[in-house]
Formats: sequence, structure tokens, C-alpha cells
Amino acid sequence: LPSLPQAAMTKLGQWLCALALLGSAWAALALAPPGLQPPAPLRQALLPLPVYLLVAFGCYSLATVGYRLATFNDCEEAAAELQEHIRAARADLRRRGLRL
Amino acid sequence: MAAPRPQRLSVLLPTYNERDNLPLVVWLLVRTFRESGIDFEIIIIDDGSPDGTQEIAEQLEKIYGSDKILLRPRPRKLGLGTAYIHGMKHATGNFIVIMDADLSHHPKFIPEFIKKQKEGNFDIVSGTRYKGNGGVYGWDLRRKLISRGANFLTQVLLRPGASDLTGSFRLYRKEVLQKLMEKCVSKGYVFQMEMIVRARQLGYTIGEVPISFVDRVYGESKLGGNEIVSFLKGLLTLFATT
Repeated sequence: LPSLPQAAMTKLGQWLCALALLGSAWAALALAPPGLQPPAPLRQALLPLPVYLLVAFGCYSLATVGYRLATFNDCEEAAAELQEHIRAARADLRRRGLRL
Repeated sequence: MAAPRPQRLSVLLPTYNERDNLPLVVWLLVRTFRESGIDFEIIIIDDGSPDGTQEIAEQLEKIYGSDKILLRPRPRKLGLGTAYIHGMKHATGNFIVIMDADLSHHPKFIPEFIKKQKEGNFDIVSGTRYKGNGGVYGWDLRRKLISRGANFLTQVLLRPGASDLTGSFRLYRKEVLQKLMEKCVSKGYVFQMEMIVRARQLGYTIGEVPISFVDRVYGESKLGGNEIVSFLKGLLTLFATT
């Protein structure tokens, strides 16, 4: 059987697909004509949902980046060790005849 | 049961004006490999440095032998991607390590890369500054914030399956690096990111090892607006094309 060519979807493509799917589901429910509307409480929660999700994502982003910034390791020991290694290297290379 | 294949590691060192650091990084590499019994070669690709880097490289070749130190210089600055391609043509190892020659990457992590590679039979092992006890020395708050912010954005947009995309301290199977070099087109930071993204696309496995990045040049070359803009452009390009 000949293999079917596979069009790999780009990340942008995935995002557009997901947004289209969720967007149309939201629009169908929240903006439905009077005859097909879901019950009032559901509609009240649904309408501002996109904005809530955006704000929630914004908060998550700030919290995550803040946390990762605060826990970013400072490699003091690595820097000190490197200084020692540099001293040892220079001395040994001089012994082996390297002219710096 | 067949004997395990002999393993040799080729280190690719593109250099530009690294007259002071090159002998130190080579000394550390040789010591690390001899202490851990790893068969190795170091390929120095100097892009016509005006500060005499090539002359130092020639001295190192005399000290350590031309079977261990391979000089493959180029006439002028021709870019990192082509430096890797050029270096690989002369590599006889079955694993390749790419790293910076300015001592921000310490060779002591290479045996850890090898150990990790064996553990999971990974195609690529990437050094990460963002996980475990990985970290950075010599960055102020601003630099760290930009780094974490950019990495967060990259994770959200590309979901790459690796924590440190812009890092350039990695171990590759030779044939994997060759395949990736054919496919990658970006420059600078984005080039390193593209390699990981394409690797995932091609189904290669990636392992991670925490590393410490000691930045001794940050004071002289602050991360400016231009670099940030070109990073964002590159990120969005990868987002839209991979």
C-alpha cells in the first residue's frame, strides 16, 4: 500500500485549531439565539469566560516566571572551582612549554 | 554476546578571539578525558581570529599531539552552523560534544553526559541551567529575568520537551548531529533552539544533565534590545514553521 503523505501541523497550526474549536463551542453556547440558549446561570458564567481564562493565564505566567527567577541557582562554588582550575592549568601548561 | 563498540568522543570547538581561554579549556578537556578513560579528539575550528588564537592552537597541537588536537581553521568569521559542519567532516568519533570555548562550560560535565546517554540510550544529551542543581554564575537580576522569561515563552509556544533550549553544551550521536545540521537554518540562539525542536520532530530522544554556566564576559557584553528582538523574531519563526 502506498504510504499517505503526512502534513505535520506547525505549532501555530495547532494553536489556531484549538482556538477555533474552543471558540466555536463558546460562541455556539454563549451567543446562541433565544430559542436555543442554555439556562441563564450557565450563560452568565460562559460569557466572560475567555477574559477570565486570559487573566488566569497571565497570573500563572507571572507566578511561574517569578518563582523560577527566585529559585535560579547561583553557582558560587563552580566559579571558585574554575578559578582554581585556571591556576593549575596555567602552571602546568607553562611547564609543558606553552608560551602565552 | 558481541563486545561493546569502542567509543570515541569528538569535541567541536569553534573559536573566535579565544587566545586566553583556548589553552585552558583544552587542558581541562584533556585532563577530564584522561581521568575518566574516554577516547577523544578535540577539533578546533578557528575563524581567522586576529588575536593569535590559531598560533596558540598550534602550540597545543605540539604539546598534546596531532591525533588528539585537530586544527581545522577557516579564513574568516563564517558562522556557528557552518563551523559545526566543517568540524564534523573531520570527526572520527561516534559521539560529538559541542560547547563554548570561553570556559562558561566546564568539561567536567562531559562524563556525566556520557553516563546519561548510556542510561537512556539517548540520541542527544543537553546540559540544562534550569533544572536540578543547574544554574548560572555572574548574572544580575535583569539578565536572569530575561532568561527565565524567554524560556517560559519558548516552553509555552514550542512545548519542546527540553528545559533549556538556548543552551549550547550538548552531546550528540554523530549521525544525529549530521542529520540535524542538514535541516537547521536559523542563526545564533535560535539555531540551538531549532536543533532541539527538529530533533523532537524527527523522533530523536533527548536526555538532560544539570550544568553550571559560569559567565565571565557578561559584564562586557550586556544583553541588549537588538538581541532580544532577534530572539523573538526567531522564536515566532519556529512557532510558525515547525
